[in-house]
Amino acid sequence: MLVIEGLTKRYPTGDLALDSVSLTVPDGQVMAVIGPSGAGKSTLIRCVNRLVDPTAGSVRLGDTDLTKLGDLALRRARRRMGMIFQEYALVERLTVMENVLSGRLGYVGFWRSWLRRFPLKDVEEAFRLLNRVGLDHMVDKRADALSGGQRQRVGIVRALMQDPELLLVDEPTASLDPKTSRQIMRLIIELVRERGLAAIINIHDVLLAQQFAERIVGLRAGRIVFDGSADAMTPEVLTAIYGEDDWTATIRKADDEDDAGDGEAEAATDPVRIAAPQ
Amino acid sequence: MTTAAATFDARAAARAWRPPPLISSPLWRYGIYLLALAYAVVALGTFEVNWTRAAEGMARGGRFLAAFFPPDFTSQWRDIQEGLLESLTMTITSTVFGIALSVPFALGASRNLAPLPVYLFCRGVIAVSRTFQEVIIAILFVAMFGFGPLAGMLTLAFSTIGFLGKLLAEDIEDIEKSQAEAVRATGASWFQLLAWGIQPQVLPRFIGLSAYRFDINFRESAVLGLVGAGGIGDTLNSSLDRYEFGTSAAILLIIIGIVLVCEYTSGWIRRRVQ
Repeated sequence: MLVIEGLTKRYPTGDLALDSVSLTVPDGQVMAVIGPSGAGKSTLIRCVNRLVDPTAGSVRLGDTDLTKLGDLALRRARRRMGMIFQEYALVERLTVMENVLSGRLGYVGFWRSWLRRFPLKDVEEAFRLLNRVGLDHMVDKRADALSGGQRQRVGIVRALMQDPELLLVDEPTASLDPKTSRQIMRLIIELVRERGLAAIINIHDVLLAQQFAERIVGLRAGRIVFDGSADAMTPEVLTAIYGEDDWTATIRKADDEDDAGDGEAEAATDPVRIAAPQ
Repeated sequence: MTTAAATFDARAAARAWRPPPLISSPLWRYGIYLLALAYAVVALGTFEVNWTRAAEGMARGGRFLAAFFPPDFTSQWRDIQEGLLESLTMTITSTVFGIALSVPFALGASRNLAPLPVYLFCRGVIAVSRTFQEVIIAILFVAMFGFGPLAGMLTLAFSTIGFLGKLLAEDIEDIEKSQAEAVRATGASWFQLLAWGIQPQVLPRFIGLSAYRFDINFRESAVLGLVGAGGIGDTLNSSLDRYEFGTSAAILLIIIGIVLVCEYTSGWIRRRVQ
C-alpha cells in the first residue's frame, strides 16, 4: 500500500508543482492521474521514487517512509518500484537484453553488472518476459533500432524485471499512435493484474484512462480536484480539471470501437460507458 | 475565414516581407558596420612595411628554402630514428596517461554529476591546463625535470587533461537525461549509473576525441623538442643549429607523413564508432 500525505514540491525556480497532495493507493489498484500539462503529474510520481526530492510531506510504501531514506536504503526501496517512461527512456546504444537486464541493477554488484554477468535466473526471466511481449527474437538488437511500440514493450519489461510491487507509469502512450497506445495500455494492465501490482499511471488521454483504470485522480495546478471511480467522470469533472470546454464528446464513447484482431488479449477491466447529459 | 481572406492581401505581405536582420536596431547595425570599417582602415594605416627590405627578403627566403633541397635522410639517420622513436613513445604514453587522468576530471567537471565544490575544482584544473600553450608548460617542466622526453611527456599528458576533460564534460552534460533517470529509477548505484546510463551515451565521442588527441599529441611532440623537451623536435632543432638543412627537410617530411597517417586513422576511427 502506498500512502502519500501532504506531499508538496516547490522547484528552486519558485514553481509550486505539488501543493499538499494526499493519496492512498491500496495494493493491486490501478489509478490513473489526469490533468493538463504542468499540473504536477510527472512530479508526483517522481517524488514517489525520489527522482525528485519533495519539499514537504511523506510517502510510505508498506512500512518504509521513502522520504526519509539515505542513499543505500533509497536504492533498496527503488527496486520495489518499477517505472515506465514517456519516450521510453531506453539506453539507446545498449541492446534490448542489456536494457531489460538494467532492471536488475539494484540487485547485482557493480562488477557483475559491468561484465554483464547477471545471474542465470535473471536472464531466464528476461527471456520469459520478452517472449511474453513478443520481442524474444530481438534480444541483441540495439534499442534505437526498434519502433515506438517495441521500445515501450522493452520499457515495460525493464520495469517488471525489478520484481516491483508498484508501477509508476509516466505518459506511457504520449508518443505512440492510437492503436499502439491501446495495445500498450492493455499490456500494462494485463501484466499488472497478473502480478497483482498497484500502478499509478499518468495519462493525457481521458478515454484511455477511463477504459483502463478503476480509479481516476484529477490534478490541476498541483492540487487534487477529483478523485473517484472511472465511471464518475462527467463534463463537470473535466471542466474542474482542465477548464471550461465542451467535454461531452470526450467521455461519451468507450468500448464499442475496440479494434478487433490485433492479437492482444482483452483487458480485464470493464470498459466504462457514460451517458453525457445533453 | 472568408472575410479574413478577403481583407488580407497575402501577396502584398509576401512582397513586403524581408528576413529579420541579425541586429534589429538600424542605428546599432550600421553603427557597428561603420566602426568595424573605420577600425580596419586605421589599423591598415599603422602598418609600416619596408618594401625594399621585403623585396630583398624574398630572395633570402628563397635561398633558405633552396638549402632544404635535396632532403638528406641518410647522413643523420641514426639521430632521426632515435628522435622519432622518442616522439612516438612520448605521444603514446602521454595520450594514455592523459586519457586516464582526464576521465575523472571530466566526471568532476560535469554539472549534472558532481556537487558544486568538486565541479569548480575540476573546471579550475581544466581551465589552467587550457590557458597555457604547450610550449609554456614544457618550459616549466623542463626547468623542473631537466631536458628530455619526460618533460615532454608530462606536458602533453597535462594538456590532454584540459582538452579531453573539457570536451568530454560537455558531452556528459549534453546526455539525454531521461536515459540516466531510467537507470537511476532501477535502484542503480552511482557507478552503475555511470556505466549504464552515461558511458553508452558518450563512448563514441570519447573514442573519437581520444584518437584526435593522439594525433595532436604527436604534432605537439615535434614542437616541444624546440624547447628541449626531447623527441624529434630536438633532432630538428639541432640539425637547424648545425645548418644541416637537408636533414631538417628530411625530418619535416617524415613529420608531415606521420601526421597525415595519424589524421587519416583518427578520422577513420571517428567515422566507425558513430
